[in-house]
Amino acid sequence: MNKPVLEEINSKKPIRATGVLLSEKGELTKGIRSFEKNMIRDITIGQYVPGSSLLHKSDPRTKLILTFVMMIFIFMIDTYWGYLTLAIFTAITVITSGIPVKFVLKGLKPIVFIVVFAAVINTFTISGTPIFELGFLKPTYEGLNVAVKMAIRLFLLIIMASLLTYTTTPISLTDGIEKLLNPLKRIKVPVHEISMMMTIALRFIPTLLEETDKIIKAQSSRGADFENGNLIARAKSFIPVLIPLFISAFRRADELATAMEARCYRGSEGRTRMKQLNFTKNDVIIAAITIAFMAWVLVMQNVSK
Amino acid sequence: MNSNIFDVSDVNFLYAAYDNNSQDVHALKDINIKIQKGDFVVILGRNGSGKSTLSRLLNALLIPQTGKVLVMGMDTADENNTWSIRSTAGMVFQNPDNQIIATTVEEDVAFGPENLGVEPGEIRKRVDDALATVGISHLKENAPHLLSGGQKQRVAIAGILAMKPQCIILDEATSMLDPVGRKEVMSILRKLNEEESITIVHITHHMDEAALAKRLIIVDNGKIVLDGKPREVFSKVSILKSFGLDVPQVTDLFYSLKQQGIDIKKLPLTVEEAFEIIDDLQKHTS
Repeated sequence: MNKPVLEEINSKKPIRATGVLLSEKGELTKGIRSFEKNMIRDITIGQYVPGSSLLHKSDPRTKLILTFVMMIFIFMIDTYWGYLTLAIFTAITVITSGIPVKFVLKGLKPIVFIVVFAAVINTFTISGTPIFELGFLKPTYEGLNVAVKMAIRLFLLIIMASLLTYTTTPISLTDGIEKLLNPLKRIKVPVHEISMMMTIALRFIPTLLEETDKIIKAQSSRGADFENGNLIARAKSFIPVLIPLFISAFRRADELATAMEARCYRGSEGRTRMKQLNFTKNDVIIAAITIAFMAWVLVMQNVSK
Repeated sequence: MNSNIFDVSDVNFLYAAYDNNSQDVHALKDINIKIQKGDFVVILGRNGSGKSTLSRLLNALLIPQTGKVLVMGMDTADENNTWSIRSTAGMVFQNPDNQIIATTVEEDVAFGPENLGVEPGEIRKRVDDALATVGISHLKENAPHLLSGGQKQRVAIAGILAMKPQCIILDEATSMLDPVGRKEVMSILRKLNEEESITIVHITHHMDEAALAKRLIIVDNGKIVLDGKPREVFSKVSILKSFGLDVPQVTDLFYSLKQQGIDIKKLPLTVEEAFEIIDDLQKHTS
């Protein structure tokens, strides 16, 4: 999203393009404002936070592999002691990465509802010793146990996954994925094409957001209503935004393809890269610490059984 | 080897009708042009005159149905030549947003040489050089959507320069820019033409840009109707107007004055030239 628009939204000035008529009522501008705010505010996963920590400086491949291993590891732990040590480890990682803790917690907000919902379902459906009985509702201790563990797992999982994107630029992330998936080329997986698609998608997110903003303003100035009515009516009111957006996206895609061809793009064959990925000392340090930690927790968990 | 970078002979180009209700569009009719190395050519023409089609023929994005297009002696119809033609004659398009591929400026400039399979160290050098030439080295880490229109077109030009072309074709590359952006792009084009002797083929709607060219080609209805130095072409004011084109404002003004009977020997193309003529006129009358 472009800066002036954001500033205008945040300063609660009426959005200029929608004109005097609308700002008198103030309703429509408020609607657009909340729409745009929701769209960007809560979703922090996938955003990059610049910094110079050990995590920022290490190779994207190292981070990708470690995140993947960590995900499996989270599901291998099933004692509260294990979760506690993992939570401490996660907290230390977040602090050393220099990402604001507030920012990380904000990233959890969108999934709170899903986690709570799953926890309630678990508590009430898993059979075992009942806590109390109220008609057909029979929450059990076993269910509660599973629910709490699942909630902790999901939260830790999201934090770990978002740490990857917070500390890695999108471009080096796609480069890392391309390099890691390279062996799959032998079984005819279009690895290069996938990573090129990801790069282009990342490149066009801000452009398309800007365009959406323009179309919303253009349609509101023609009297479109995005605020009133129930959920279905409001969803329907976005059709006049989506259709022009799609048409323009296709036109962009066509022009982009021509431009790429004119610059000699012909797939991965014979293509080199300016930026080469290199493993350094940082990668060894991070990998050693993480693997040592996971091994220690697994051993202790088995001993205590 | 002759000194022509482009040799277009007897070229016809048809856009086939896409359904039964519409007709084939005969975009170019028996076109013949030769463009010399190191030239600065501006192609003018109203919408639908075939000028964009002509530009796309020059780097093998389109292949003519009849006739031949030779780029440095290479035939565009031969598929083996396609990539060397496109790295010889780079192309900048109209919409700056839709030709930037990567998420940072330097990655985008590197896109061309990466496709050509250049060594990583050499790419780095070429990218830095190209960015310095167009004067945006300080923006190399920026995301493209944060740049102004003029800066985006400069990124696009740098992306072409990094491929070490002999010619740059600009297909209405200035039409979506504000006056400041247009000025930026034009001064870079003149610099490239004069200092690096890169051939420029610039398609535009702006008469003041056309006045800066070494050679001006007017295309109308699929045919080349006028071809020569800007001064010669712009002196034919009434013919130009019959093709739906304008002349630069100062030229138009002095043309009207001349018709009123004021003694003006040559029509000016720029405001500076106009001042000189007025000075001369004052000396004569006083």
